[in-house]
Amino acid sequence: MAAAAELTLLEKSLGLNKGNKYSAQGERQIPVLQTNNGPSLTGLTTIAAHLVKQANKEHLLGSTAEEKAIVQQWLEYRVTRVDGHASKDDIRTLLKDLNSYLEDKVYLTGYNFTLADILLYYGLHRFIVDLTVQEKEKYLNVSRWFCHIQHYPGIRQHLSNVVFIKNRLYTNSH
Amino acid sequence: MRLFVSEGAPGSLPVLAAAGRARGRAELLISTVGPEECVVPFLTQPKVPVLQLDSGNYLFSTSSICRYFFLLSGWEQDDLTNQWLEWEATELQPALSAALYYLVVQGKKGEDVLGPVRRALKHIDYSLSRQNCPFLAGETESLADIVLWGALYPLLQDPAYLPEELGSLCSWFQTLSTQEPCQRAAETVLKQQGVLALRPYLQKQPQPSPPNGRAVTNEPEEELATLSEEEITMAVTAWEKGLGGLPPLRPPQNPVLPMAGERNVLITSALPYVNNVPHLGNIIGCVLSADVFARYSRLRQWNTLYLCGTDEYGTATETKAMEEGLTPQEICDKYHAIHADIYRWFNISFDTFGRTTTPQQTKITQDIFRRLLTRGFVLQDTVEQLHCEKCARFLADRFVEGVCPFCGYEEARGDQCDKCGKLINAIELKKPQCKVCRSCPVVKSSQHLFLDLPKLETRLEEWLGKTLPGSDWTPNSRFIIRSWLRDGLKPRCITRDLKWGTPVPLEGFEDKVFYVWFDATIGYLSITANYTDQWERWWKNPEQVDLYQFMAKDNVPFHGLVFPCSALGAEDNYTLVSHLIATEYLNYEDGKFSKSRGVGVFGDMAQDTGIPADIWRFYLLYIRPEGQDSAFSWTDLLLKNNSELLNNLGNFINRAGMFVSKFFGGYVPEMVLTPDDQRLLAHVTLELRHYHQLLEKVRIRDALRSILTISRHGNQYIQVNEPWKWIKGTEADRQRAGTVTGLAVNIAALLSVMLQPYMPSVSATIQAQLQLSPPACSVLLTNFLCTLPAGHQIGTVSPLFQKLENDQIESLRQRFGGGQVRKLKTAVVSLSISHGVTSLVSLSSPDLSLFPSLTLLLLHLQFFFPILARRVLGAKGNHSPGNIYNWRLGSFMATGSNSVVLFQAKVSPKPAVVDTVAATGPQQIQMLMDEVTKQGNIVRELKAQKADKNQIAAEVAKLLDLKKQLSLAEGKPPEAPKCKKKK
Repeated sequence: MAAAAELTLLEKSLGLNKGNKYSAQGERQIPVLQTNNGPSLTGLTTIAAHLVKQANKEHLLGSTAEEKAIVQQWLEYRVTRVDGHASKDDIRTLLKDLNSYLEDKVYLTGYNFTLADILLYYGLHRFIVDLTVQEKEKYLNVSRWFCHIQHYPGIRQHLSNVVFIKNRLYTNSH
Repeated sequence: MRLFVSEGAPGSLPVLAAAGRARGRAELLISTVGPEECVVPFLTQPKVPVLQLDSGNYLFSTSSICRYFFLLSGWEQDDLTNQWLEWEATELQPALSAALYYLVVQGKKGEDVLGPVRRALKHIDYSLSRQNCPFLAGETESLADIVLWGALYPLLQDPAYLPEELGSLCSWFQTLSTQEPCQRAAETVLKQQGVLALRPYLQKQPQPSPPNGRAVTNEPEEELATLSEEEITMAVTAWEKGLGGLPPLRPPQNPVLPMAGERNVLITSALPYVNNVPHLGNIIGCVLSADVFARYSRLRQWNTLYLCGTDEYGTATETKAMEEGLTPQEICDKYHAIHADIYRWFNISFDTFGRTTTPQQTKITQDIFRRLLTRGFVLQDTVEQLHCEKCARFLADRFVEGVCPFCGYEEARGDQCDKCGKLINAIELKKPQCKVCRSCPVVKSSQHLFLDLPKLETRLEEWLGKTLPGSDWTPNSRFIIRSWLRDGLKPRCITRDLKWGTPVPLEGFEDKVFYVWFDATIGYLSITANYTDQWERWWKNPEQVDLYQFMAKDNVPFHGLVFPCSALGAEDNYTLVSHLIATEYLNYEDGKFSKSRGVGVFGDMAQDTGIPADIWRFYLLYIRPEGQDSAFSWTDLLLKNNSELLNNLGNFINRAGMFVSKFFGGYVPEMVLTPDDQRLLAHVTLELRHYHQLLEKVRIRDALRSILTISRHGNQYIQVNEPWKWIKGTEADRQRAGTVTGLAVNIAALLSVMLQPYMPSVSATIQAQLQLSPPACSVLLTNFLCTLPAGHQIGTVSPLFQKLENDQIESLRQRFGGGQVRKLKTAVVSLSISHGVTSLVSLSSPDLSLFPSLTLLLLHLQFFFPILARRVLGAKGNHSPGNIYNWRLGSFMATGSNSVVLFQAKVSPKPAVVDTVAATGPQQIQMLMDEVTKQGNIVRELKAQKADKNQIAAEVAKLLDLKKQLSLAEGKPPEAPKCKKKK
């Protein structure tokens, strides 16, 4: 998904109706937003955080210092690790790490839904769609989290619904 | 919370700096782990630094840890900061990891290392200079600065990898590097070993893949593509207005006086002291910088008064008068004329160039003094003062020298130590000496008057609080004032036991005069008063007048503190400085300008070089010490003249004019703009705006770059569009050639106006060649107008600049001295080879003026080198090859200047073969012998010609120096000097 399309999705999920236009810069097609009252903003997570503030939903950036830092950490993770030329192996490591991280968590920050969940969901969608049933079961905590986010009101929009099977088929793999 | 770090992990730098900055340090437990230890349970790859929070959560991203510290202190991040952090993570880090890996693990050098990061460095430099702020996200330091500084520090701390052409980056980097939290982080992580401290960590890391793809940048070449339609339309509309878009000219005024409803700009340049011929550093520091701004201000049609004059009172004048057998007044008359001549030659556009020895000076100074006295801001006290029995007089501060009581520097002056910058009370100096007769003065007491600065401190702070925010005070001046206020103000003596000065109008003080501390800055007022009897309209009119004061940084306390205190205490509604513009120092080649050692170019000599004043102006402004010290270099002067002026600017303007003459009979052709041409218009407009932004902020050096950028675009435009080919084609082709030529010559016209503040004569020459109309010459708008419409007839076009040749520059270098560091370097290199220490990594540019003489330093070096070499190599070779050692000045000399790294040495992988010594020795000896012979001839020739005494002395000194080097190289004890060198 191109960054501009992703930001448009984000705008809708935040309830912003105006609809910004985005241009793309360089080979990696980094999004650029020309704001009305200032210089342009460059970069997916920068613009996303800007939109959240515009929509007056600052709680999505975290409420405490700790939560704010964690949100930013996963946003950085999204643009440095999930995006770019990730190989199959990289993705496997990433899912493994994330699976282990989410073992005791509902959302990335713990108990609060934040921008980090939204952008990581958008970023991982293309990989999760292609997972086999067995793999989905292997990364059980990721699957649970992903399924939860895709059903969060207003987030998924036109993206395909990824089906997760409730009863486990490969019980001996755990 | 617990921070996990690993030896040499680069991420520790920003993290520790952020913790120090945000005071998160106190609660921090630090654990050191191995580079391959997995701290975070859920991450497969090991990662440090990691912060484990009290909740049990982990922060494993370096910038998130830094962000957390900032958030704990209540500092939130804005969009711009976020943008920098995202850029750091996605663009800078991949490039930087590759560069550091090449450098530290693979031992690559130079462009191999710098190549991957150059683009990113340029991006930072460009953003800093474009947005006009000292820091990445605005006027104040932010998280972005700490994170990027920390990332870049390992690489940029080595001067070899700090690209000096990226001026804004350099000054940003140096500002941050001197801050305490950053300094401490750097010491902790790099442990004085430089980038090699990262080795234990980096060599355990997988080789980073080289960054591919184009980085996100806002660099000009990309901006061509991102210009918005509106910008292009606006540029075209403005262009089409042509000459009609120019405002009516302001009628010239005499005298210039402030006017209600206009912008009134009062510009002063620090008053040069009368009995010294100014050197290039003095000229660029105040007079020339202020001139550029004054000329710019007039081009903006602001109501501008630019004044300066000579500072004539004081002991130094009295002494000089004694020396030359003249009266002080005669000395002042003589030198005032010399100064005026020099500035005239440099084309400085003073509205008035006055002097401080006038009745007006007495009147105004005494008036301010009386007001301060009646308001209780003057104290009286007995002062212990140094009295030289032999010279039979009290010694002024500048006539005492001794050892600094604070830092032990040996040549501290009576009022201030040049080394630590602290103010000194002359009697506190250890081992004081009268500078004139070298005898030891005694302490005597005398009654004196003091300005009660502590009593005025609140008023001063209140005024600074109102003035500083949003003003264009340079960062160094803010810093100096802040540090003075931090230390607390003390009463300052304002009288002296002298005759040559403004008399003190108080009973019992008839034989005393005011000290220059008090009355020199009042000189600006009296000079204005001599220019117009309505001077108070400038100086007692803070609402209408914008006061810009230019100076070198040593003058900041007088202008930013003492004078404002006097003026505030006098309660007479004085105009106070709105923008204090202080430069750093200009060095000469690799040392300091020194009149006594005959090193450097002085104002009066510049004329004799045969290089035109405008070239001097250009080069001095190009290297203006803006934000950091810079150095005058002959080679660089040649390079900048030949590349920037001759090949870039001169070439473009000349070609544009020549095409009009050759192809269109001297008449500007019709122009039919294509979308490409329109984009060029918009682009030139953008750069023009940038030029304005910079000059409004008095960023003089940076604005000069904009001129050169436009002319580079112009050259490219001609090169791509090839009018010389189209001119031979069909009617349509000829029209295309006409458009390109017409647009190019209009850009040349615009450049001539933009250039006017910098190179007034060249600007006038271009304007005469193009026959540009007077209104178009005298105003510079923020838009690019077509000022040479179709059908306009231009004059005769001829080349503007001359090539400088190597021989010419080399002979000038010989004449004016310099190259001392090069000599030192050669000596160190040959010494290290003969002692088996190879690879001198770098010779930093030490301030050689700290040494009595280079010869002495070389002698010491000869003596201590074997000891140091043993230390580096280790008794049993127990130091690993590749380790770098910093060798400090203090090891050589008892100067106490331990902090200055003289050079760095690297341990050779295998001991040098003895043969190399034998092979190098004779070769070097032969070289030295040749040089001695050559230098001997020069001296003989000069003596035969009965040349200037100083010049001969300088050449003789060089000869002696060479001879000593030779005897050192031959292993003979150096001959004892035959005569004592006169000081």
